[in-house]
Amino acid sequence: MESEALKKVKKKKKLKGITNKTIFYILLSLFGISMIFPFLWMVSTSLKEPGEVFTYPPKWIPDPVVFENYSKAWRAVPFGRGYINSTVVAITVTLGQVFTSSLAAYGFARLKFPGRDKLFLAYLATMMIPGAVTMIPVFVLLRVMPEVLNKIFSTDFWSSDLYIGSFFVGKPIGIDSYFALIVPGFFSAYGTFMLRQFFMGIPKDLEDAARIDGCTKMGTYFRIILPLSKPALATLTIFTFMGSWRNFMWPLIVTNSMELKTLPIMLASFQGLYTTDWTLLMAGSIIVMAPVLVVFILGQRFFISGIRLGAIKG
Amino acid sequence: MNIFKSAKFRDALGGYLFLLPNFLGFLVFTSLPVLASLVLAFVDWDILTPPKWVAIENFIRLMKDHLFWKYVGNTFFLMMGIPIGMFASLGLALVMNRKIRGIVFFRTVYFLPSISTGVALCMLWRWIYNPDFGLLNSFLAKVGIGGPEWLSSTVWAKPALMIMGLWTSMGGYNMILYLAGLQGISPELYEAADIDGASGWQKFWNVTWPMLTPTTFFIFVMSVIGGFQGGFQAAYIMTGGGPAGATTTISYYIYNNAYQWFKMGYAASIAWFLFLVILIVTLFNWKYGGKVVHY
Repeated sequence: MESEALKKVKKKKKLKGITNKTIFYILLSLFGISMIFPFLWMVSTSLKEPGEVFTYPPKWIPDPVVFENYSKAWRAVPFGRGYINSTVVAITVTLGQVFTSSLAAYGFARLKFPGRDKLFLAYLATMMIPGAVTMIPVFVLLRVMPEVLNKIFSTDFWSSDLYIGSFFVGKPIGIDSYFALIVPGFFSAYGTFMLRQFFMGIPKDLEDAARIDGCTKMGTYFRIILPLSKPALATLTIFTFMGSWRNFMWPLIVTNSMELKTLPIMLASFQGLYTTDWTLLMAGSIIVMAPVLVVFILGQRFFISGIRLGAIKG
Repeated sequence: MNIFKSAKFRDALGGYLFLLPNFLGFLVFTSLPVLASLVLAFVDWDILTPPKWVAIENFIRLMKDHLFWKYVGNTFFLMMGIPIGMFASLGLALVMNRKIRGIVFFRTVYFLPSISTGVALCMLWRWIYNPDFGLLNSFLAKVGIGGPEWLSSTVWAKPALMIMGLWTSMGGYNMILYLAGLQGISPELYEAADIDGASGWQKFWNVTWPMLTPTTFFIFVMSVIGGFQGGFQAAYIMTGGGPAGATTTISYYIYNNAYQWFKMGYAASIAWFLFLVILIVTLFNWKYGGKVVHY
């Protein structure tokens, strides 16, 4: 039963609702336009003739429309290779991280062994440490590793360039290798922490029942814990993949050859080559950005709910 | 009794095996590097020649390094954008928190910059900030304002980066967090406020804002931690840290020292200084900020 007062208020609300709605739509659209305008400007610039960008006042509709900027940009640096690199790195890093983190999280959440809680505390503590602190020694390690390995095995394999057919795949290890781009990303205290928190919330009875039916620890992990943790695993997957895809400083310092650069780094090098060639720069930016935006727009419900869950748990 | 067959031992063994892959990585890429960088902070080393122990000389030099303090100042200046950005995200979330048609469309639009490649956006904004033919100054000229040189002005370069940061992040993760926070507030609280005849403004201050303090606190703490370590990518792409070091942040200075000038020891000492600052500020935030939070 609704009280009289509440009914009155609701009636008033309905009348106000219509004007309110208009105001909200206007506000939303104003914000929306300010978001979209720069992107439109980017597209417009990328379709202009080089000289046409230096006109005042700026024209929004290119005349003539020049698609050539895209093919020029595509030829200028190996963006195709950049796509392969970014995709390979992001996928392997994500798989590796979800795998190692979920195993460790299960250990921390469910198994009893000496030193467990102290170790978990150590994991937590490292989450506070800025990336810059650990990045320096890992960089040094990667830098000296090939020479040390060469000396141990008395070869020069570890510092040589590798090819698969005519496809340059960098060094086997150290700076300028896929190893450097991928392997340090396999391990994450954050991922372990997040999954552990989630696993703790899964009722223990299920595992006990499985145990009684003769299921091993590995079996409960694969058959009980992982299937029940799909939302948390999806969230970690989204975060890790996006983090790897956007990562800038690490791939910047561990790659030298253009063939090994991930997309953001390749785009930065591209800018270094064509500093003020705006039509070309904007075309290159769109080449790098557009496919990801399409994927996002198609799967945006999935993305946003994943992010939200991460926010609540984290 | 055979201890190797006892349940306790098997449990422990299982635990260690589950942990092993992650722990190895943790050892090699996190915990040992933390120790190594602590040692590095007390040596002088360019990787090529043998390292030289210099005790606390790196830190003494750091305290006297005018450039370093200037860059610390830059970092703080840029971090003033954090509250502004949070305010904008909250505002957007409040506007978005309605059941009206097309909300998914708007949410997607606002989220676009967060999902775009950061480097591409930096290049776009470098073009927008172009003093002669950029979008911004053309627009300002139309309304009769002579726009500044933006990225090549020591005065305007930092505000320019802050404006870009605001545009990029306003509708992103923080807004999603606020939206989730808003949707977690029980409607009964608003109904009670309605019966008491509260105005919209009063409802905001007495219901919405207190109920959102956990979200606000979380966003603030995380943004501050990120802010101290931030500013590298945008400055690297857009200004190269200039003009005259006006946009160089702490993390950019670490990058230059470590990977451009190969002063590994000095870079490590800056990194450790950064860690201490973050630690102190975060502890301060927890201690005093926690009291404002309404759970």
